[in-house]
Amino acid sequence: MSVLEKARPRTEQPAAREPRVTDEHGRRVRVWELVLRYTLLLAVLALTVGPFLWQLSTSLKGPTEDIFSSPPKFLPGHPTLHNYARVADTIPVWDYALNSLKVAAANVVTNCVGSALAGYALARLRYRGRRVATLVFILAMLVPVEGIIIAQFTTMRELGLNNTLVGVVLPGCIGAMNVLLMRNAFLNLPYEIEEAAYVDGANVWQRFLRIALPSVRGTVAVVAIFAFMGAWDDFLWPLIVLSDPSRFTLTIGLNYLHGTFANDERLVAAGTVIAVAPLIALFACLQRYFFRGVGEGAVKG
Amino acid sequence: MALSTAPRAQRVRRQLPFSPWLFAAPGLLVTGVFILYPFVSTLVNSLTDRRTLIPGKFVGLANFRELLHDDMFWIGLRNSTLYVLGVVPALVVLPLLLALLVQKNIPGITFFRSAFYTPVVASIVVVGLIWVWLLDERGLINSLLESVGVGRVGFLSDQWLLLLSAMAVTVWKGLGYYMIIYLAALANVPRELHEAAAVDGAGAVRRFLTVTVPAVRSTMVLVGALSSVAAFKVFSEVYLMAGPSGGPAGEDTTLVMLVQRTGTGLTGRVGYASAISVVVFVVTVALMLLVLRADRRDET
Repeated sequence: MSVLEKARPRTEQPAAREPRVTDEHGRRVRVWELVLRYTLLLAVLALTVGPFLWQLSTSLKGPTEDIFSSPPKFLPGHPTLHNYARVADTIPVWDYALNSLKVAAANVVTNCVGSALAGYALARLRYRGRRVATLVFILAMLVPVEGIIIAQFTTMRELGLNNTLVGVVLPGCIGAMNVLLMRNAFLNLPYEIEEAAYVDGANVWQRFLRIALPSVRGTVAVVAIFAFMGAWDDFLWPLIVLSDPSRFTLTIGLNYLHGTFANDERLVAAGTVIAVAPLIALFACLQRYFFRGVGEGAVKG
Repeated sequence: MALSTAPRAQRVRRQLPFSPWLFAAPGLLVTGVFILYPFVSTLVNSLTDRRTLIPGKFVGLANFRELLHDDMFWIGLRNSTLYVLGVVPALVVLPLLLALLVQKNIPGITFFRSAFYTPVVASIVVVGLIWVWLLDERGLINSLLESVGVGRVGFLSDQWLLLLSAMAVTVWKGLGYYMIIYLAALANVPRELHEAAAVDGAGAVRRFLTVTVPAVRSTMVLVGALSSVAAFKVFSEVYLMAGPSGGPAGEDTTLVMLVQRTGTGLTGRVGYASAISVVVFVVTVALMLLVLRADRRDET
């Protein structure tokens, strides 16, 4: 630390002439501190994003290019999409992607509708057993899914839904945490508006659809995004419930590809890029809601 | 709040007596059938010798007695426990440092914040396979190690290096998530505290320890609780990196991997797998209580 302290007086003067960089409080950030910060930021960037880029680079390297060279070659010599065509010949990767998309879309719809309805009931409608109902969702949130997965599987077998995409969606289709998130969002709305609508003769459904629901759009968006991401990324449950390779989702398909063609790194790399690209695109467009969801989820979790 | 809404709510009930339950019904049904019923049936099954295709009968605590003599169970318990011990300290401290790094609004910082979050968005399968390739005997990291003269390391062939690599991957994937949680907490730290400490001549490290850490302590406890529960239930990272059978001689098997291996398939021992699941429950709850109690003791 003492080194940095000594450095301060030396750098302050030239800094005054350079364009001022200020923080959120309008205070100037010193040049040595900026250099240090950006150096660290770039180092962490290389560490977090680098592995994805290496995977992308590997997937674009042709069959004649050495992917094992030392020192490594970071950029493909002759970029080619050949591996993407090959991965589709090896496993039905586009069918798997479609399965993942179906599962994720269904998960989004059921979670948004189901948790908005239940959350509204818990927050706004006073009825016998509301406390018990809230407690049911809180308890359900505390149950570790990994611990009940075998019983979930036997339940699915009893219902005849094992090895189907419906079976993949059902256990998480109305997440208890989403219900509680929606409940809190509804609780934060002022009651007076709905009361006014009630006086004007609006019934429960009208108040829910026209007044309450539009006011919590942000939370619905958070629920939707996390439902999509959760379903698209899920691994353990689809691995257990799906046994027929023609019904695999992308994550299970990738595991299958890795297990069967482990030696073909270019192929696996192309498969992982296909699986991760849609989510990175989604994240790039809707970052705000991703971050908001972390905050809300953590407080409740 | 509860008192003042009571008369209004009664009017609502008179008006549409069926709708509250109609609203809550889908959520309650799903939660009951797919979460609470499996939870109870896990507890019940753990006392039976049920198999996938055979209903099974009550056997008392026989499954739990068998656990005591099952080497694979102890390996799983050891690995899952080691996972908590290895991953949790890193996930409590590193994201806090990262949050401090991205807290200040310097140009381009939103790009860095988002970029650091990317591993959280990716599926664990993608992350696992990326690192399997990076840590491969002939992969990027070994190429780099060789070109600087260290020589190649068998990250994915040695029992302990495998477990350590999987832990590193868990930390790598979790950094961005906990960074965002810490960022929210840091925003609530009064700036005056830092300034007062700086006036008193405290350096950056000292201010970190005497101002930042106490101010975000409850968040650190939260992160500790979340990450320890998640770490104990680790499955995917180890499954992908060590393989379904859990590395050399199964020595890298974790408890949840053992549940999956024992209880699934047509010959799955549902009863025995449920007994292992019960152990997972008990330890998970114990971990939560332990972390929360540590929090309370610090406060007094």
